[in-house]
Amino acid sequence: MSAILRKIIAPGGIPAWGIRVIASRTYSSSAGGKEMTVRDALNSALDEEMSADPSVLLMGEEVGEYQGAYKVSKGLLDKYGPKRVIDTPITEAGFTGMAVGAAYHGLRPVVEFMTFNFSMQAIDHIINSAAKSNYMSSGQISVPIVFRGPNGAAAGVGAQHSQCYAAWYASCPGLKVLVPYNSEDARGLLKAAIRDPDPVVFLENELLYGESFPISAEALDSSFCLPIGKAKIEREGKDVTIVAFSKMVGYALQAAEILAKEGVSAEVINLRSIRPLDRATINTSVRKTNRLVTVEEGFPQHGVGAEICASIVEESFEYLDAPVERITGADVPMPYAANLERMAVPQVEDIVRAAKRTCYRSVPVAVNA
Amino acid sequence: MGFYLSKSRTVMHNLKPKLGSLGVMFHQSSGIASFSHHQESQSGLIKNLGAGSCNRPTLFTIWRSEHFKAEKQLDCKQNSGGPQVLNFPGGNVKFTSELDFLPEGLEERVHCYRILDENGQLTSSNFVQISDELAVRMYTYMAMLQTMDTIFYEAQRQGRISFYVTAIGEEAINIASAAALQLDDPVFPQYRESGVLLWRGFTLQEFANQCFGNKNDNCKGRQMPAHYGSVKHNYFTVASTVATQVPHAVGAAYSLKMDRINACSITYFGDGGTSTGDFHAALNFAAVMEAPVIFFCRNNGWAISTPVGDQFRSDGIVVRGQAYGVHSIRVDGNDALAIYSAVRAARQMAITEQRPVLIEALTYRGGHHTTSDDSTRYRSAEEIEWWRVAQCPVSRFRKWLEKEGWWNSDAETELRASLRKQVLRAIQVAEQVEKPPVADIFTDVYDAPPSNLHEQETTLLETIEKHPKEYPPNFSC
Repeated sequence: MSAILRKIIAPGGIPAWGIRVIASRTYSSSAGGKEMTVRDALNSALDEEMSADPSVLLMGEEVGEYQGAYKVSKGLLDKYGPKRVIDTPITEAGFTGMAVGAAYHGLRPVVEFMTFNFSMQAIDHIINSAAKSNYMSSGQISVPIVFRGPNGAAAGVGAQHSQCYAAWYASCPGLKVLVPYNSEDARGLLKAAIRDPDPVVFLENELLYGESFPISAEALDSSFCLPIGKAKIEREGKDVTIVAFSKMVGYALQAAEILAKEGVSAEVINLRSIRPLDRATINTSVRKTNRLVTVEEGFPQHGVGAEICASIVEESFEYLDAPVERITGADVPMPYAANLERMAVPQVEDIVRAAKRTCYRSVPVAVNA
Repeated sequence: MGFYLSKSRTVMHNLKPKLGSLGVMFHQSSGIASFSHHQESQSGLIKNLGAGSCNRPTLFTIWRSEHFKAEKQLDCKQNSGGPQVLNFPGGNVKFTSELDFLPEGLEERVHCYRILDENGQLTSSNFVQISDELAVRMYTYMAMLQTMDTIFYEAQRQGRISFYVTAIGEEAINIASAAALQLDDPVFPQYRESGVLLWRGFTLQEFANQCFGNKNDNCKGRQMPAHYGSVKHNYFTVASTVATQVPHAVGAAYSLKMDRINACSITYFGDGGTSTGDFHAALNFAAVMEAPVIFFCRNNGWAISTPVGDQFRSDGIVVRGQAYGVHSIRVDGNDALAIYSAVRAARQMAITEQRPVLIEALTYRGGHHTTSDDSTRYRSAEEIEWWRVAQCPVSRFRKWLEKEGWWNSDAETELRASLRKQVLRAIQVAEQVEKPPVADIFTDVYDAPPSNLHEQETTLLETIEKHPKEYPPNFSC
């Protein structure tokens, strides 16, 4: 097969926290054959949490009468009424501030941003009023709030509707940042987020809303919840670790299929959580495979991949057989034209090529656009 | 009107204009009968303007009475054929063939509710009576705030604390408004309302501890001085961001409304804070959601060095409430009785009618913006001095107390001496207490400390142990 040398793990090279393979296996074995779209998964999670706890409310533009800009809140206004499903005026700063105040006083708001691009209007409240409040008030003011909405690139929506905010929010202590990929992630992480006493930024993806994924009976149960801060190994492998989140997990899995046919066994990690970042799982995987490719749609500088790379260099430097490869969106505001847009976001081929580079495989130079 | 009703949206659209969104109308609330006198004089002002302007048209400022009155009260006698009306989205609107622009403001500034004049003389009996006990208590706390501010300010100048914010000139706003509220009413302050927290029971020692950031500080040394907060006193922690607390108060009010609690929230902000987007969104939201919140604006004339003339061109803040459909009043911010009455009435209105209320208190910022400012650089010392002496809310209230026979110069001397001693002692004690333990760097970032912070704390403690000479001797762990 491949002539990849394996480093011998030197005694004493194991850090204090140890190397434990955290069991992040999938909950379901899909034996039942049930499928659910991400949209329905989110809707059912919201419904169940609102039913279980009367202090949970949903607010945002178009969430009520319109059933949600992306129909994620379909049926909720009819079921819970306008007191708990609130159509807000157009002021992200305003309704976010209001929601934070409601959270200060004991409600559990779920704030929907039509896209996280619009959250920039509210970012002062997210960071200064929500994230830092528990600390600044020395534990007197907790903010059990969830900010959710589509994040990152959609299709043909241009520069002001396509930015990925994972790196921005994940840099702030006091916030938790979650990034579901499939329906099970969507249900389990949203339920966990709503129940969490800390402010959570919940980054969805518009293009995933309509995608259907198998879902297990456990995941359909109303008490189902995924732990925050644990990544999931979507596919085991031994030659290279590919770390991705949100839509890119799907691309990474496709890339892994292609790589498998060429004799490269890729391990795909679905981060599920950017803050806290599951450094243990990533490091454990890299210590096994000795190669790392990170994939994200966001801008390259100061991105999520940069943080993962730093973590590996700090914790597992001797285990790397090749430099870390970061696959990111292009360092340009997102263009609109379909061909340009395609070039500005990572594609499956980019991941495949990067993985091969880490395996010292030669890659054809000419690439078709 | 009771609590929140789940009306359909179309019904709400039709209801709104009928509730008199234009004009400063006060609903008759039970128990505040004394308010009606003020109501008449206010709407009398409006009526006079309306009638008068029919006779003195100018290019842009013809002020029609229709603009003020709700449709059902219209009695202006033009329109012989009957005006045409259309039910636009938002309600019935009458047409007019007059090409009129609303003027940028009224001929006269909105009147200011005042009871005590500068000499402490009652100018009217139209206020909420208070007992001698409450009056003396209010005065004591106004003097306490004044003393605390003076001495803490000096402490900063001496280098003993790094920073301080005084409320000089705004003692009546602080204490009288707090006295008119209940402990159940959550307070969302800006940063010049420490008197409200003082009234609620935060001790001088606790204030001093926070300013010194010592280990007894209930904020664990996390914040700059004067950024107090105490959940026990229903006073939400001061943040440096301007006017972010205004929409927070609306959210909290919504929470009170949902839980049907017999309380309202109150938020304080300055003239400068009203320029923010947050102010606009908060007022707008509160009106739409019918949230029981009091918006209290301390219009003290200055936002650091920006005078109100550079801040806005409206007649202060009171006129803006109307634009959002919010009941509003302007009060003399140096008159404790006026403030007390206004806040009592506002609270009653907010709770029983489930609506927001805006109070604009006109006053003057007697001190610098903070200890990092020297306001003599942008305003004259004479101006400051005049306001501090002639309009001092504390001495005005004292004069009234003395006239009532509830206070005298002996009591004054005794009180001042006692307060000075208490404040000085609080500072002396706070200065000696150790700083917070190192562990307090890492707690409260989240509800439960995450593993990475545990690791960092361990590493830090190991480092301190290894290199004790590189850390201050009073570094507790």
